[in-house]
Amino acid sequence: MHLSYQMVLAQLMLGLNNGAFYAILSLGLAVIFGLLNIINFAHGAFYMLGAFVALIGYTKLGPLLGMPDFHMNYWAALLISPLVVGLLGVLIEKTMLKRLYKVDHLYGLLLTFGLALILQGIFTNYFNVSGTSYNGKPEILRGVVNLKFMMFPTYRLWSIGLSLGVCFVTWFAIERTKLGSYLRAGTENPGLVQAFGVNVPLMITLTYGFGVGLAAFAGVVAAPIYSVSPIMGSEMIITVFAVVVIGGMGSIMGSIWTGLSLGMLEGLTKVIYPPAANTVIFFMMILVLLIKPAGLFGKEQ
Amino acid sequence: MTSVNRKLWTALFLLGMVAPFLLYPVFVMQLLCFALFACAFNLLTGYTGLLSFGHAAFFGGAAYITGYLVKNTGLTPELGVLVGTLAAGMMGYIFGILTIRRQGIYFAMITLALAQVVFFIALKSPFTGGEDGLQDIPRGMFLGLIDLGHTYHIAGKPLELNLYYFVFAVFCLGFWIIHRAIHSPFGQVLKAIRENEPRAISLGYKVERLKLLAFVLSASLAGTAGATKSIVFQLASLTDVSWHISGEVILMTLLGGLGTVLGPVVGAFTVVTLQSELSALGSWVMVVIGATFVVCVLAFRRGFVGEVLEKIRIRAIKHNE
Repeated sequence: MHLSYQMVLAQLMLGLNNGAFYAILSLGLAVIFGLLNIINFAHGAFYMLGAFVALIGYTKLGPLLGMPDFHMNYWAALLISPLVVGLLGVLIEKTMLKRLYKVDHLYGLLLTFGLALILQGIFTNYFNVSGTSYNGKPEILRGVVNLKFMMFPTYRLWSIGLSLGVCFVTWFAIERTKLGSYLRAGTENPGLVQAFGVNVPLMITLTYGFGVGLAAFAGVVAAPIYSVSPIMGSEMIITVFAVVVIGGMGSIMGSIWTGLSLGMLEGLTKVIYPPAANTVIFFMMILVLLIKPAGLFGKEQ
Repeated sequence: MTSVNRKLWTALFLLGMVAPFLLYPVFVMQLLCFALFACAFNLLTGYTGLLSFGHAAFFGGAAYITGYLVKNTGLTPELGVLVGTLAAGMMGYIFGILTIRRQGIYFAMITLALAQVVFFIALKSPFTGGEDGLQDIPRGMFLGLIDLGHTYHIAGKPLELNLYYFVFAVFCLGFWIIHRAIHSPFGQVLKAIRENEPRAISLGYKVERLKLLAFVLSASLAGTAGATKSIVFQLASLTDVSWHISGEVILMTLLGGLGTVLGPVVGAFTVVTLQSELSALGSWVMVVIGATFVVCVLAFRRGFVGEVLEKIRIRAIKHNE
C-alpha cells in the first residue's frame, strides 16, 4: 500500500483534533473523580448538551423569543453553553450526588448513568439521531489555511488551538495556583482541608460544575465539526472511558497527553488499517492492562 | 424457615408451569430469559461486589454464536444453547483476566470498553449480518425428536408449549446452578470478598482466582440466557450486544434487589413488563428507564426484595425483644 507523507500528516492532524476532545473530557472526568470519587457517566451527555445549547441558541432561540432574526452566535455559545450546563451540574450535585457520598462509589456511577439516559432520551425525541448540522460557524473561521505541508480547514486548526489552550489553563489553575492547591489538598484529605476553614462542600459543588462545564465547552467546539446528534455523547463517553483507563486518573498532565496521543493513534490507524480505526483505542487499553494495570500515569491502589 | 422456603419454591414452580396458559407464552419466555440474565449478573455484582458494565457482550455474543450454528450447521437447539454458554464462558475468561486486577470504578469502565469491542466485532464481521442481525433462526428439534416450533391451539389460543417448557427447563437449571453457587462455601467466600477483600486475602483465599471463577460462571449463564433468547425470538441483533442491554440488566438487578436470590427475577419482570407496556412511547422509554435508575439509586437502594427482607428482619428482631 502506498502511504503518502501528506496523507499521514493530514490524518495525524485530524486525530489531534479528536484527541483534544478526548483530553478535555478525560481531564474533566479526572478532576471530578479526584474530589467526588465518582465517575461521571453523564459526561458524554453533558458534552452533547453543550453542543445542543449552541445549536438551539443558533436556530431555535430567536423564534422562541419572538425575534426570528436573532441567532445566538458562536462566540456567545462558547461562553453561555458551559455556563448553562455547569449550572445544571451544580444543581444535580446539590440535589442528588450529594446524597451519595456516604454510600458505595458505584452508586454515583449508576446515578449519572441514569441521568445520561434521561438526557439522551429527551433529545432523541426532538432531534434526528443521524445529526443536525450547526451552521453558526463564524465567517473568520471558514475556509482553509496553508500549513506549507498541507491545506487545513481553519476551523479545525482553531479548535485544536483552543482546546489545547483550555487544557493548559486548567492544568495551570490546578497545579500552579492557590485555588488549585486547595483542590489538590481536598483530593488528598478533605477532612483536614475543612478543618483549616476551607468550605469543602462548596468546592465539591463548584468542581462538579466546572468539570461538566468543560464537557459542554468541548461540545460547542465540536458542534461545527461533527453533526450535532443525541447519540454523540454516548459514543464519546465509552471511548473516553478507555482513554481514562489507559492514562489512569492520577495526573492532569497525564490525562492531556494520553488524550492527545490516542487521538493521533486513531488518526494514524485510519491511514494504515481503516477497519480498526474504531477499535484501536480499546485494543490499546487491553495492551496497557496487560502490561501496566494501573494505567500509564496511574498510581497503584 | 426452610419449610416456608420450600412452599415458596413449590408455588413459584407451579406458577411457572401454568404461566403460558395465563399470559402470552412468548412474553413469559422473554421474562424468563431476562430473569436468568439478571440472576447471572447478580452473581457477579450482587454477591461478589464487581459491577460489570459489559454483560451484554456475553448475552449478545452467545445469541449470535448459537443463532449462527443453529441456522447454518443444523445444530439442535439444546446443543446450540450449550455451545453458546461455553463460548460466553470463554469470553468471560478473557474479560476476567483483563479486568480482575482492577476494582470498583475501573472494573466498570473496562468491562464497558471491552463490551464495545465485541459490539464492533458484531457490527463488522461477515457472519453476524451487520445492521440486520441474524434473522429467521430456526427453533429446531429438541434432541432431534421434539419440534420446538410446534404451536398447539387450545381454546382458540395459539400456545408454543414445547418451546415454553424447554425455556422453562433452561431457566430452572440456570437458576438452580446460581442458587447452589450462592449457598455453597464458594458463595460464602465471594460474599466475604465483597465485604472485606483484604481480610479474605489474609485468611488465605486466592481472591483473584475466585473472582475469576465467579466472572466465568456469571458470563456463562448470561450466555445461556442470550442463547435461549435467540431461539425464542429467532433473532440475534446488535441491540443484544449494545451497552443499552448492559445498562438494563443492571437496572433489573438493582430494582429487584442486589445480592438477593429472587430480586433479579422480580426486577427483570418489572423492567420487561414496563418496556412492553410503554413501547408505544418510543424513545421516552429511555427517559423512563433513566428516571427509574435515578429514583432507585437515590431512594430505593435495597430494591423490592431487599426492602421486603429488611422488613422481615426488623420484625424478627422486634419479635425476639
